Amino acid sequence: MTLDQLEQGKPARIVNVGGDTALRRRLLDMGLTPGTVVEIDRFAPLGDPLELCLRGYHLSLRLGAARDIEVEALP
Amino acid sequence: MILALVGNQNSGKTTLFNRLTGARRQVGNFPGVTVDQALGRSRRYADVEILDLPGIYSLSPYSSEERISRDALMSGRCDGILNIVDATNLERNLYLTLQLIDLGLPMTLALNMMDEVEQQGRSIDVAALEESLGIPVVPIVANSGRGVTELMRTAYETTLEQRRPLRPDLCSGPVHRALHAIAALIEDHAERCQLTPRYAATKVIEGDELLLPRLGLNENELDACEHIITEMERELGTDRLAALADMRYSFIQPMVAQVTQLHADRSQMSDRTARIDRVLTHRILALPLFLLIMALIFWISFGPIGLTLSDCFADAIAALGARTAEALTAADVNPVVVSLVEDGVFGGVGSVLGFLPMILLLFTLLGMLEDSGYMARIAFFMDRLLQHIGLSGSSFVPMLLGFGCTVPAVMATRTLPSRRDRLMTVLLVPFMSCSAKVPVYALLASVFFPHCQTLIIVGLYILGMLLAVANGLILRNTVFLGESIPFVLELPPYRFPSPLSVWRDVRQRAKDFMTRAFTVIFVVTLAIWFLETFDPRLNVAGDGESILASLGRLAAPLFAPLGFGDWRVVSAVISGFSAKEAVISALRVAAGGLAGSFEAQLQTLLSVPAAFSLLVFVLLYTPCSAAVAAMAREIRIRFSLPLIIIFQTAYAWVIAFFGYRTALHVAAGHYLRAILVLLLLLGSWLLVYVASRRRRPATVKQKAKGS
Repeated sequence: MTLDQLEQGKPARIVNVGGDTALRRRLLDMGLTPGTVVEIDRFAPLGDPLELCLRGYHLSLRLGAARDIEVEALP
Repeated sequence: MILALVGNQNSGKTTLFNRLTGARRQVGNFPGVTVDQALGRSRRYADVEILDLPGIYSLSPYSSEERISRDALMSGRCDGILNIVDATNLERNLYLTLQLIDLGLPMTLALNMMDEVEQQGRSIDVAALEESLGIPVVPIVANSGRGVTELMRTAYETTLEQRRPLRPDLCSGPVHRALHAIAALIEDHAERCQLTPRYAATKVIEGDELLLPRLGLNENELDACEHIITEMERELGTDRLAALADMRYSFIQPMVAQVTQLHADRSQMSDRTARIDRVLTHRILALPLFLLIMALIFWISFGPIGLTLSDCFADAIAALGARTAEALTAADVNPVVVSLVEDGVFGGVGSVLGFLPMILLLFTLLGMLEDSGYMARIAFFMDRLLQHIGLSGSSFVPMLLGFGCTVPAVMATRTLPSRRDRLMTVLLVPFMSCSAKVPVYALLASVFFPHCQTLIIVGLYILGMLLAVANGLILRNTVFLGESIPFVLELPPYRFPSPLSVWRDVRQRAKDFMTRAFTVIFVVTLAIWFLETFDPRLNVAGDGESILASLGRLAAPLFAPLGFGDWRVVSAVISGFSAKEAVISALRVAAGGLAGSFEAQLQTLLSVPAAFSLLVFVLLYTPCSAAVAAMAREIRIRFSLPLIIIFQTAYAWVIAFFGYRTALHVAAGHYLRAILVLLLLLGSWLLVYVASRRRRPATVKQKAKGS
């Protein structure tokens, strides 16, 4: 499944980061590397973007970018 | 000796820069407040200069600030690096540190925000961190200054003795092997470019478009590198970019876990941020709360409190002017000089200085928002709205700053990740009413619309925003085709605004404003007074014979369709180019020949619909010279300066024309006709919008064909 489908508050592990190179490079630099555990804190009041918690900090990214990130839900 | 100060956005870099140099740079708790590089001399070491670079997350050339920082670091100008990291967010911050170590320059690490780490009940083993990274590490609290002296001494000695990183080889596994193989292969090329082979090798693996041509590898070498990289990718089952990022994080993660100890689980900080966020970014409450906060800020700055303070100020200056004029008259001084002093100097500058309290209040409050971390949340929940006009939430903050002053707002656009977003934001910022226009609004509204002052002023603000949206929708379909780069924005923890940094910011802005009031506006006031007092033969002019009158009469017919074709108003509008506040002082001086108080003079000059038209025109016409200069600098298109002036003024003319017609009908009680005029305006916009949408697919196709 992709990151945008992840339920709020459920931890998941990143499997693959896709998308165009500039955005992908930025995401990797920000620590969204395969294997990283992430969790969606909340969606913005208007539904997009979403707030992500990873590596002990908070990051905001759009649903469009989240669709290119493949994750697997953790039990 | 030049020390480059490098760190992630929001790591406290500019605060540390202020501590080290005593310079006054604007600081905020919003990623990317440093919009340009600044050089400051160290307070303690006279031979050390510190280069404050924009905050970056990586050395890849993703955004313009990353490029600025990279170019500065690779230029050979810097003798050493001072890397500041947020100790509460060590894992992500050290990612940049590893890349900086690759550069091979003498380097010192500043562990900032140690007080917050302690409050969280954690501690960091500094010696172990030093040992793992091979560079000196100094814990500091940039806000309070703790450890800063020690940091500066360490950085100074490290750089003076050219102590390079001890462990330049921080990796393992297949990436490590690939890096070494490539480094050996390109060693000569790297050294010719004065780069460490390891750094050059990482850039070869990343396929860095800016660095690869500089290295000048031949076909064989490129093939060999590519072979090594594909071999590595095959072995890891992942691609090169992910492999490199993963290598760095795989090194950092266990190291951070090892050096950090949790003594007591008191993660209050993140708890506090989570608690605040639960309310401030709440699904339903967020937008009303945001509007409430903004309304409160504007109410305090431009409402009763700001006004009372302003009135006291203005009255005091006027009294001083009258007293001085009396004294001069009593001393039998030439009446022309007395008029210069009272009307030109005290009248002009006084009416502008009266608005200083408002500006102080506004920027104190905006500074607190910026420092607290709320600005980043605004970008977070406003992103969706700006997506519609093809921008990202990051553009919201520059636009918001546009309500303060167009100059810093335009400068703040430099933190936006794409040139497209930057250009578009720069073009839309002037539609946000800057604070310098407020005096003009306030004056005209109080004279002509005494019963609905607030409504008129708020209405003008809203009109500007509506027009920005209308233009944005057309711009995204014509000039700025294509999607904006989706934004990836860090949401920093909420922090209590540091009074010191807010105060520094406010002081700087007040100083800017005062400088402007006493230079640009002062000069304009005097120039207008001169043009008004003398006729073309430099004799003291009679009524309506002055140089300005001739100039105003020349341009007046152009403004007659807008209802204010009087040379006095036209000359005031022209002088507003130097600074928007100058419209008032110029009006005051120009209307001096008419009978009655200033209010009565204004009422002689303008009808109520004409005053409305003038208000709309002032909202939209060319921004002041300082703003146009800033815009031209950011846009960097040839002839952009005259283009901006001409386009904005022509645009303002059209909208003011419609505004005037509407107001005329409303004043005459013909509401239906007024609505028809507005519909006509809306219709013409729709026509342009639909036409721009039609063009869109064709242009995309052409582009595809072209490529």
